[in-house]
Amino acid sequence: MGLECLVCIKMVPDTTNIRINPETGTLIREGVPSIINPYDLHALEAAIALKKEYGGRVTVVSMGPPGAKTLLQEAVEQGADRTVLLSDRKFAGADTLATSYTLARAIEYLARETPFDFLFFGKQAIDGDTAQVGPGVATRLHLPLVTYVQQIRSVSLESKTCVLERKLEEGIEVVEARFPLVLTCEKEIARESFAPLVNLIRAKTHEPLVFSASEPVAYEPGKLGLKGSPTRVHKVFTPELRQSGEKYKVEEIGVEKAVDLIVEKLRELGIL
Amino acid sequence: MSKKIWVIVESKEGKAHPVSWELLGKARELAGPEDELGAVVVGYKIDSVAQEALEYGATRVYVLDAPVFAYYRNLPFREAIVQLAKKYTPDIILLGATTLGRDLGSAVATSLETGLTADATELALDEKGHLLATRPAFGGNIMATISWPEHKPQMSTVRPRVFPLPQKVATPQGEVIQENIELKEEDIPVKRLEFIPKEKGVNLEYAEVIVAGGKGIAEKKDFELLFELAKLLGGEVGASRAAVDAGFIGYEHQIGQTGKTVRPKVYLGFGISGAVQHRVGMQESDYIIAVNQDPLAQIFSIADLGLVGDLYQILPSLLKRIKELKES
Ligand SMILES: Cc1cc2nc3c(=O)[nH]c(=O)nc-3n(C[C@H](O)[C@H](O)[C@H](O)COP(=O)(O)OP(=O)(O)OC[C@H]3O[C@@H](n4cnc5c(N)ncnc54)[C@H](O)[C@@H]3O)c2cc1C
Ligand SMILES: Nc1ncnc2c1ncn2[C@@H]1O[C@H](COP(=O)(O)O)[C@@H](O)[C@H]1O
Repeated sequence: MGLECLVCIKMVPDTTNIRINPETGTLIREGVPSIINPYDLHALEAAIALKKEYGGRVTVVSMGPPGAKTLLQEAVEQGADRTVLLSDRKFAGADTLATSYTLARAIEYLARETPFDFLFFGKQAIDGDTAQVGPGVATRLHLPLVTYVQQIRSVSLESKTCVLERKLEEGIEVVEARFPLVLTCEKEIARESFAPLVNLIRAKTHEPLVFSASEPVAYEPGKLGLKGSPTRVHKVFTPELRQSGEKYKVEEIGVEKAVDLIVEKLRELGIL
Repeated sequence: MSKKIWVIVESKEGKAHPVSWELLGKARELAGPEDELGAVVVGYKIDSVAQEALEYGATRVYVLDAPVFAYYRNLPFREAIVQLAKKYTPDIILLGATTLGRDLGSAVATSLETGLTADATELALDEKGHLLATRPAFGGNIMATISWPEHKPQMSTVRPRVFPLPQKVATPQGEVIQENIELKEEDIPVKRLEFIPKEKGVNLEYAEVIVAGGKGIAEKKDFELLFELAKLLGGEVGASRAAVDAGFIGYEHQIGQTGKTVRPKVYLGFGISGAVQHRVGMQESDYIIAVNQDPLAQIFSIADLGLVGDLYQILPSLLKRIKELKES
């Protein structure tokens, strides 16, 4: 038996010094080193921890350019069994709606024989911070959704339920959920672990399955990539800075005067 | 043509999250006199929230009041909003970019096959009345305005405190519409077992005074000085990500792109360089005071009162002075 787990990982640029193509408003990826979105790595670790405890299999899916293959090999180093890369020019330029469509259809395809019990997503991707793809896939697959999971407390294979902790603004919510389900993960859900040597060796020769826009999944072409993305970048601009005010050097005016200035201002503003 | 602009009101235990009213205020600003300002209130025993929505200017309040909505879960809330949206076809739907709003917003947008701009920092309408949502992109170095005229509804989430809390209207004139949805508790796959509230929440977003510390603070224990100052001023302590990453203070204190957006009356920053990711979270503060050793620190480009100097000289003297003032 065991648990059939799926993890969606996204390739993201490893820097904030990203350049933008001013005409299209899209990211210039050349020359920017790429990493697995950090939250997704924690999600992957959580899936691998489930496999260790209950047996089963971990499948990793990523939609991205061919270069994302190396990240899938990294996922194998960490303990993934099967990896799938969705790569095609027709997928490019997808917003979260098109991305969730592309992923959901591929996941349906992969689940034909053995359905997934747990579908892991990162809480959000650090390049866009949108946090929409996980909930989007859950909606498309009609699966229960639990977001911001920081701990998997327990899993019952008999009743097909699990107890999860969610990290919310005002505290921790503990929920019981039926699976199959989609969860989006906080970093706390699992620690990064060191890849065992056998995995490193296996990863070297690992080849991800590659799915295109035409094979093996049957997609509606109008729902893919830029075409299938309702949102358009209307314009990009650099934010205007607010005006600065007075500035003093403390070595010139002295500490007491500096403190005077702060206190005066706090009084004026009615704070003191 | 008149439009319908909806705000999904977030509430817990019969208490609304202020971000909902901030959005209603912004919607009121965008809407024309003919337009509907809809507030969608989903929960259990939420009459007072519906009432408040009227006071904040909603012209129509859609109420779904049932035990299955006693606390937030994706499925019933998603079903509720989707059903209402299909019935009444709003043009624009706005939600707070809270954990709840992000969870719900993306599910609703997917069900309705429409776009959603997450974490907008500005909203406007184009000449045809379509939503233009602006958000920081790629680390806040640029802003991107997103539009999608061909799809409806146009959806966006906006963080708390991006817009100010509006005044209540003098004479509320909206109508309340009670709605119903067939949902049984047994059909909902997720149940709350327990809620463990935070011991002491940090109310950074709504603090009037914020004393923030960065990597210029040399060690963790020195944050005590900031806590002391915040207490004297009746404020909260904020931090840069560098200070959070150094383990000086918890993440819930982080201000910025990956932390919280704040707009206090006064922000006092000590040893914060003012990187763009930090600035996007605090530049709407009414008044910014910055203390930094480096005359070229970026924080000075937006500070109203900038003091170039050692925080370890200023902070103790400032504490001493304020204590004396309070005693006299
Ligand atoms: C994707 C991404 C998201 C990010 N999100 C955020 C975010 O949400 N919030 C955030 O804050 N950052 C964020 N950052 C990090 C941001 O880029 C900066 O690295 C960070 O804000 C720097 O923090 P700092 O100003 O405390 O540290 P530093 O940049 O190290 O600055 C310390 C400052 O203290 C001054 N100083 C040192 N000693 C003294 C002294 N004795 N007296 C006075 N001044 C002194 C120095 O002159 C310096 O200016 C993000 C980065 C990335 C890549
Ligand atoms: N292109 C992609 N391929 C695989 N997974 C993705 C992709 N984009 C987003 N995800 C998943 O969805 C999560 C949220 O992404 P986002 O909605 O972009 O913030 C990520 O943490 C990933 O788990």
